[in-house]
This record gives sequence, structure tokens and C-alpha cells, in this order.
Amino acid sequence: MAPEEIRSAVIEILEDIAPDEDLSNLDDAQAFRDQLELDSMDFLDIVMELRKRYRVQVPEEDYNHLNSMGSTVEYLTPKMVDVAV
Amino acid sequence: MISAVKPQPLPPEQRIVITGIGLTAPNGNCLTDFREALLAGVSGVSEYEIRYFGKTLAGICEFDGRRHQTRKDARRGTRAGSIGAYCANESVVDSGVDWENVDKDRVGIYIGVTEHGNVETENEIYEISNFDYDTKFWSHHHNPRTVANNPAGEIAINMGITGPHYTIGAACAAGNAGLIQGAQQLRLGECDLAIAGGVSESIHTFGIFAGFASQGALASHDDPQRASRPFDVNRNGIVVAEGGCLYLLERLSDAQARQAKIYGELVGYAMNTDATDFVLPNPERQSQCIRIALERAGLVADQIDIVSTHATGTASGDTLECAAIRDVFGESENTLINNAKSFIGHSMGAAGSLELAGNLPAFEDGVCHATINIDELDPECALDGLVQNQPREIGRPADYILNNSFGMLGINSVCIIKRFTG
Repeated sequence: MAPEEIRSAVIEILEDIAPDEDLSNLDDAQAFRDQLELDSMDFLDIVMELRKRYRVQVPEEDYNHLNSMGSTVEYLTPKMVDVAV
Repeated sequence: MISAVKPQPLPPEQRIVITGIGLTAPNGNCLTDFREALLAGVSGVSEYEIRYFGKTLAGICEFDGRRHQTRKDARRGTRAGSIGAYCANESVVDSGVDWENVDKDRVGIYIGVTEHGNVETENEIYEISNFDYDTKFWSHHHNPRTVANNPAGEIAINMGITGPHYTIGAACAAGNAGLIQGAQQLRLGECDLAIAGGVSESIHTFGIFAGFASQGALASHDDPQRASRPFDVNRNGIVVAEGGCLYLLERLSDAQARQAKIYGELVGYAMNTDATDFVLPNPERQSQCIRIALERAGLVADQIDIVSTHATGTASGDTLECAAIRDVFGESENTLINNAKSFIGHSMGAAGSLELAGNLPAFEDGVCHATINIDELDPECALDGLVQNQPREIGRPADYILNNSFGMLGINSVCIIKRFTG
């Protein structure tokens, strides 16, 4: 997957776990928590969905990389380079 | 012998009244619609399919979940929690209480459930079956979804209620048990408003259907709306339903101080236990339970205008409850008998409170709704006063309604509601 495809994949996950949120104006540079009502269980949902959908493992010590869309895509890019679209 | 206590005359701060009702049933999502369906003979049973078990029948609720809950909370929580949040909010709205200014520390939530957690556990096992049963794919939501207090806790979070909240596990007596618990906590001064009753999400667990099928107790019929047929000679089991009914309960003194509309007063109740069998009811204990409730209310059987039966449509359960009713009401000339499961199926943890609610409008309209789907009455269920297929006019507003609700492991519950007359 290319970075833009990873971003779309994360957006799809967010649409499922935060269905009441408007994601159309999400600022990739800003923290998710500053823009969306996400709590720790939601971040665990992101981790779980990445595992289920793409078999990507995000170890607990790396959770801080999921802070914003930008950092998430940057973190996932090497992990998902071989994941088919 | 359980000693009966006669609470009346009680001071107003010990008298418990119903001032709000929120419900969802397979044939109505508010008391008005539910009552209309019961009087019009409208069934809420339809075809249903659930994984592993396949095609069957069920009572399915179609309430507006978005009215009181975000999509995110509905996804995170359970169906029982969503039903609870809907019913609790509706009961508060219906009560007219000034909710914004209510001290939420003084609100208690007491929710009867038949079971909780089966749906969520089955879902997770199904989910990890797609991943070779690797438990790394087991959801972190599983524990908060399956703790036994879940439906009550979801209501608390949804409404910002900071008083006590818990569920009462009481098999299919749970709806009455929740109501009784709420009344007791108000009398004890543990809260000033009680949200009490029962909810059920059981149609979403295949295990309930499979279990009843293995027991030979799951209803089937070519016409879904004719499948739930308590007291009919050709009844062949239970139609499982989901649903909920939560009451807002208050001490009479508080209700009168705010000039609340009062649906009725809980004047008698009882719970006891068969202690004889896991499944088979014991009519001797059921009739004892009814008698204790009557004694506590200071009533004789003939003063009861309507007995709302528990009968689920099983061969033995209906017959045995009829034996218990005949034992208590055999000499009654004024008591009518009906059954709401014939319309909506068995809503399990919600059944007691939901079936009671469907009868409460008789305090105003003086009509006893029917038991539908009786084509040929089982002679063993031929109770005097059984209202068959068409509603019956009492000729005056009902004064007393007695609601039976019984469950597995021999749990029995009875509530008596009086028309409020001051």
C-alpha cells in the first residue's frame, strides 16, 4: 500500500469506530484527539482493526505513533508496504 | 411459610407510584402504540434468521435508537444497553420530571435481565473463528459489554446518572424483579427516583433458540403471527422476543409535590422460589407467591380485575400456571385473565414489566386486552375469566392488576398495581 492508500484505510476504520464524526476536514498534522472524540478504547479499536483487516501488529510501545493521521501513515507505511490494496 | 406483612396504610413517603413509562415492544415503541396493538389484536412476531440456528421466528423491536444514543455508543455497547437507554430516556420524558435539575446522585437504576453476555460472547467467538481462533483478535470491548451490570451501566453513562445502578438477574421473572427492587430502594431512601423494569436482547443469541429447540420448547408455525399461542391446545413452544420496559418510580409524596401524572401504585408484590426443578414450574409455589402479594396488598382474589399471566406457550408451563391461578382465583367472579406473549412472544427479562405496562391503560379505558391465537382452548387451561381473542370491557375502570412473571430455576414474582385514587 502507498501512503495515500494507507490513509484511506485508516479513514475507513475511523468511519466505523467513530460513525458520528465528520472526517472530511481531518487535519493530518493535528492530533486525532484534538479533532475527534476518541478515547483509549477507540485507539485500541484502531489497533484491532489494523490487525484484523491487514494483519498489521502495532505493539503497545508504538501506540504513540497513532497520535495523528500524519504520524499514523508514516508509522504504517513500512509495515504495510507489502499489503495489497 | 414466608410471613406476610401488610404494609397498608402506609405514609405517602412509603407508597410507590409509577409516573413514567418507556418501552419498546415488537408491536409498539411507546405505551400508546403498544396498547393500541394489544387492543387491535396486532401481533409483533415475524420471521427471523440467526447464524448457526437458521430460520426461526422472533419478536423484533424497531425503535428509533438514534433518538437517545449516538451511533458510536450503540456500536460500543450492547443491544440490551441500547434498549435500556431508549426506555429509560422515554420513561423520564414521559414522567415530565424536570430532568435537568434532578440531582443525578439520587437516581437509581434497577434493570431486570434474564441473561446477559451470551450475545456478546457468541459474537466474539464467531469473530475469532475467522482468525483460526487466535485470541489476539478478541475484542477489548468484550468485558465491558458482558459484565452483568452492562445494561444498567449503559443507561447511567447515557443519562449522566450517578446514583446506584445494577441489574437483577432473575430469569424470566426479571421484569417484575426490577420493578420490585426499584420500589424497595425508594422505600429505603437509597434514591429519590428509580428507573426500574427489565430489558432483553436475547433474540441475538443463537444459544437461546437452540436451547429451547433442544428442550422441545421453541414455537413453530407457518404463519409467524399465529406462532405464540398460550393456552391453545396446539401450542408448541416459545417465540423468543426482544424488548424493554422501564418505569420511573417515585415515592407518592414526591410525585404529588410535583403534581405528576400517576399511572398506578404498587400496592403488593412477592417473590419466592419453587426449589424443585431447573425448568418445570411448581404451581404450589406460584399460587403461594400470588397469595403473598395479595395479602401484602390487603386484597382478596376477587378484587383483582385483571391477571396478566406469564404463560409462554409451552405444554407444561401454561397448564401448571393455570393450576396455580385456578387455585387462587377459582372462586373469583370478577377477575379477567389475559396474556401478552400471544402478541409479542416471550420478551424474557422485559416480559414482566412490558406485559404489566400493556395492561395499565385499563385503569382508564376499562378494557382487558385479549389472549390471541386461541383457536381451540386447551381444556386444562380453561380458566373462568380467560379473555380469548377479543378484548373485553370490564364495564368500569379497572382497580387492580396482578402481573405474574416466572422463570427458570423456580423463580416466581408477582406485582399488584392499583389504580391511583389518591
